[in-house]
Amino acid sequence: MFNSTFQPWTPQLVRDEIDALKHKPGALLPILHAIQDRCGHVPHEAVPIIAESLQLTRAEVHGVISFYHHFRTAPPGRHVLQICRAEACQARGSRALEMHAREVLGIDYHQTTADREITLEPVYCLGNCACGPSLRIGDRIYGRVTPQKLDLLVDEMTTQVLEVS
Amino acid sequence: MSVRIFVPRETTALALGADEVAAQIEAEAAARGVEIELVRNGSRGLFWLEPLVEVETAAGRIAYGPVEPGDVAGLFDAGLLEGSNMPALCQGPTESIPYLQAQQRLTFSRIGVTDPLSIDDYCAHDGFRGLRRALGLEPQAIVDEVKASGLRGRGGAAFPTGIKWQTVLGAPAEQKYIVCNADEGDSGTFADRLVMECDPYLLIEGMAIAGLAVGATQGYVYLRSEYPLAHEIFNEAIARAEAAGYLGADILGSGRRFDLEVRLGAGAYICGEETSLLESLEGKRGMVRFKPPLPALEGLFGQPTVVNNVLSLAAVPFILSRGGQAYADYGMGRSRGTLALQLAGNVKRGGLVELAFGNTLRELMEDFGGGTASERPLRAVQVGGPLCAYLPESQWDLPLDYEAFAEVGAGVGHGGVVMFDDTVDMAEQARFAMEFCSVESCGKCTPCRIGAVRGVEVIDRIRAGDNREANLALLGDLCETMVDGSLCAMGGMTPFPVQSVMKHFPDDLQR
Repeated sequence: MFNSTFQPWTPQLVRDEIDALKHKPGALLPILHAIQDRCGHVPHEAVPIIAESLQLTRAEVHGVISFYHHFRTAPPGRHVLQICRAEACQARGSRALEMHAREVLGIDYHQTTADREITLEPVYCLGNCACGPSLRIGDRIYGRVTPQKLDLLVDEMTTQVLEVS
Repeated sequence: MSVRIFVPRETTALALGADEVAAQIEAEAAARGVEIELVRNGSRGLFWLEPLVEVETAAGRIAYGPVEPGDVAGLFDAGLLEGSNMPALCQGPTESIPYLQAQQRLTFSRIGVTDPLSIDDYCAHDGFRGLRRALGLEPQAIVDEVKASGLRGRGGAAFPTGIKWQTVLGAPAEQKYIVCNADEGDSGTFADRLVMECDPYLLIEGMAIAGLAVGATQGYVYLRSEYPLAHEIFNEAIARAEAAGYLGADILGSGRRFDLEVRLGAGAYICGEETSLLESLEGKRGMVRFKPPLPALEGLFGQPTVVNNVLSLAAVPFILSRGGQAYADYGMGRSRGTLALQLAGNVKRGGLVELAFGNTLRELMEDFGGGTASERPLRAVQVGGPLCAYLPESQWDLPLDYEAFAEVGAGVGHGGVVMFDDTVDMAEQARFAMEFCSVESCGKCTPCRIGAVRGVEVIDRIRAGDNREANLALLGDLCETMVDGSLCAMGGMTPFPVQSVMKHFPDDLQR
């Protein structure tokens, strides 16, 4: 049910995304999104390529990447698990859920499990505030997530489907 | 004839399994050899009933919820397709559900009723009437209509929308912009998302009218990246509206142009602040700008720009089609029209409640919300997002009105109402307010950038019982410095929840 398909980055992939978008006014964010959507992160090596194409300094591009929580500079695990930390979810037990997730996965926020399966990230509101606690895996959002439900989701994420012929 | 069944495709409904329910309904119908037409509508905003399945009957639509995939076979057995009231999950005719019936849905009249992407559905429910009327009016007449409505910015700042439009209309420029702030970052709010997922043409229509009013030919919706479904649905709606002539170079053959594009944010709360949002749209770090110049005069790319919240723009089609006065007939005092309240957090019946200004907070939380989901006593409620005060019971009888809330140092904000039961540790909530600011501050001004970090530290010392009285005094001073010295509302309002805890829940800081 989960399929994240990040590609390894190449200079050509980065150039393709830049060329498709650089005509837009204020093109930097759309370009960064496009690269991260395909590769799961914006590699450091992409910075000079972007800077040159948009006639910005590398410092400017780096400054934008580092400003926004959404952009990563290191590849994430196969799945990105985001837990909502905001008030409406707090009122429904998200603090306990966060603690449980850290314990079960053995990692803190912004870290990836040793088997490279799951990256844990905080998020401040997924807009599912009447049915918290909420979390997001890929583009899918889950509501009323109990620690037990989280365990099930982690199991699903880490279970490989074997094709038996 | 096949039976029409509605299963919402909206974030909360999906988060609770609507796709699985829809698949189960199709499978069950196929297994029984009955023909159905499955419509993926938007949500009605009655979230405690999601996934809410509706069946169309001669007597109107009948609602069933909350439905789990395992309930589907039983529902079929009990006469779902005939709209039977036998199943335990039957809520009766949707329109008669008290929660819905007691609302005044002007902006949200179509959500959950229609297929969000169907232009035919939209038009059949009065859609694009405001735009058609606006095409026949002079720009000044459109602005006058909005002024007459008394509409004030629904993002939280409550600035009169008509006056903002007037400023942009009066600013001479080759290129002007309409920017929609869809960076709905406040916890407890989801009304912008509901507009974009459940009635996207409403926002498209509102923005096109704004373009005609001020002479702007390009619009941008700045949408947060945390809303992937809204992004998908809204982009599809833009493509269909363009193909049907409601957007583009020649709107409905009028020769007038309006283009629209969605730009994604990148997880920065500060980009909900309008000048930071403009910086971000320009491809920069979302650093807050000094004002003046006002964005209305020097906004996006230095050009005159209307920056309005989704809900402000979404109120405009009603105002143009029914007249400003029809909108102003709702409300109280200087707060005219309706407010989209969003019941969230620890609430039994969470969801969207659109009401004319004037109901009390208690009526909202008890009559609509039904109290807490945990069934424990309600202790505190945060209205208006993470930058607004926590209200104790003594303030729950306030009428929902911008001025009444401002008088007690509280805010209506974007209409989010986050309820907490008596297990809440208010000292922890105060700490979180500071922590959130330290994570999300743009860093431009010192009171916000450093004050928030120091705020967390001081609260930690207070909670640890370290020199408590002196540190409480220090926290009071720090809050004042941030309120008075910050450049924008981020640092300037972060102290409000903290101060409200110090004032109304002091015992929690003494534990």
